[in-house]
Amino acid sequence: MAALPTLPFRKRFDLPLAKDPTARFLLLITAVMVYLAALALAGALVVSDMARRWDSGLAGGLTVQVVPLSGPGAAPLAERLEKTLAILRGTPGIRSAAALSQDQVAHLLEPWLGREGAKDPMLPVPTLVDVVASGPVDVAALQSRLSAVPGVTLDDHAAWLADLRAFAGSVELAAAGIVLLVGAAAVASVVFAVRAGLAIHRNVVELLHLMGAPDRYVSRQFEAHVLGLCLRGGACGLGLAALTLFAVTRAAGSLRASLLPDASLTLGQWAALALVPLIACVLAVLTARWTVLRTLETMP
Amino acid sequence: MDSCGMKQGSPLGAALDAALRPLHRAPGRCSTARCAHVIRFENVGLRYGTGPEVLRDISFTLPPGSFHFLTGASGAGKSSLLKLMYLAHRPSRGLISVFGQDIARLKREDLPELRRQIGVVFQDFALLGHLSALDNVALPLRMGGAGEDEVVEHCTELLKWVGLGNHLDAKPSVLSGGQQQRVAIARAVINRPRLLLADEPTGNVDDGIGMRLLYLFEEMHKLGATVVIATHNETLIRRFEHPRLHLENGRLHVLHQPASSWV
Repeated sequence: MAALPTLPFRKRFDLPLAKDPTARFLLLITAVMVYLAALALAGALVVSDMARRWDSGLAGGLTVQVVPLSGPGAAPLAERLEKTLAILRGTPGIRSAAALSQDQVAHLLEPWLGREGAKDPMLPVPTLVDVVASGPVDVAALQSRLSAVPGVTLDDHAAWLADLRAFAGSVELAAAGIVLLVGAAAVASVVFAVRAGLAIHRNVVELLHLMGAPDRYVSRQFEAHVLGLCLRGGACGLGLAALTLFAVTRAAGSLRASLLPDASLTLGQWAALALVPLIACVLAVLTARWTVLRTLETMP
Repeated sequence: MDSCGMKQGSPLGAALDAALRPLHRAPGRCSTARCAHVIRFENVGLRYGTGPEVLRDISFTLPPGSFHFLTGASGAGKSSLLKLMYLAHRPSRGLISVFGQDIARLKREDLPELRRQIGVVFQDFALLGHLSALDNVALPLRMGGAGEDEVVEHCTELLKWVGLGNHLDAKPSVLSGGQQQRVAIARAVINRPRLLLADEPTGNVDDGIGMRLLYLFEEMHKLGATVVIATHNETLIRRFEHPRLHLENGRLHVLHQPASSWV
């Protein structure tokens, strides 16, 4: 097998590690690990960001629905809407309350029902009232007052926000689990590769040891070798992850109906992703050092 | 001589002296009292695993600047005794003292420095096949932290001294047995070792080259190194007037008379 080219910061190895069959394995495994970890982290960042945006947009807001009623004796929608708006505008803490026009409601329904379906006059679409709070609102008292108007429901988004926060937390937890798992697999791979290297070059390692090489002299060669492989593998993995994210962002942006949230990353989030291969390198170097020193300790 | 018994050079070895790296040893490591002997074995025994003892009740002392041949039939334990001397094995019993320090009491982190003061010429040369002759010779210097300019300067000089000035970049695979032997010897002496051990250094070369190699060891001896050479070659042993350590059935007999006086 041809030797992998060495990086410029290490021109000479006493141990011919670059020719080891494990070198390409470690390069590939590092690329895959960094790719997976970067995607997991990117997913967590996007969901977290999305949840934060929705949270800040919905927290403190209220939505009131006035549902069309059928049957004899049912009060007209417009009359019930007027009563509802009056109650809302008279409630402390509410700055404004305005009913959404039919076009606005149709626009909200468009992604699910299509342009024509959303504007179907036969559709029993409720009238939505957008409420903007300027301070704390006693939701329970408001709910009690609105119950006097038939067909009116109040939604303070509390349940929805709780679900959203729980979902975002779960995604972040899952991403952390994936990153930890990938990290553990990377550590195991480095341990395997270094042990294989030590076994392949046992004679040379023993010779260096007998000639008076300090343990760190030997371990530094493995560390430099592993660092070179991880830097290259990490760069490949990060590059592939960036391409994947770019493709996903493009695909999400091209959807006609904006069902998917904005998946683009900020500069700070890209910087966080760039740290993944660097952290992988640090982890790999420390693992290589630990493995070599543990093995050398068994020599007289 | 300095406090360690190292001579400051001799006319014959002036070129070799110049080629070798100047002494860079930690001060205070080898006071005169500590260097009263280079190697001391007291009732040393060695067994491999649960097998029988291959070396039994070995006791001897090598004073600084001495030169000994180590002889004995094949399987008598010459290589095992050398391995104990260069700290490749720990004894099963007994005491080994190197440069005045009981190796059983030494900390692990002190051993590399001690080992770098011992030059070893291995029976199979033990050259690293992927490194050039110069890089092989440079190993002891680099692992001791020498600067690259110093490494190249001294290794080049020494390889010229052993007649390999035109083979600095040659890999061992393209060198003859005698040339490989000289690279191995150059590597063993480049760090100006206080103790130079050689395991059958003339085993793979003809008598002419063997004689030249022995003269090289003589020069190192004249520069103050304590030398022990394990060999079967009676011709060489008789040519050089040095006492011998003779191993027989795992026991050591120190014969102080020069070989030429034997019948």
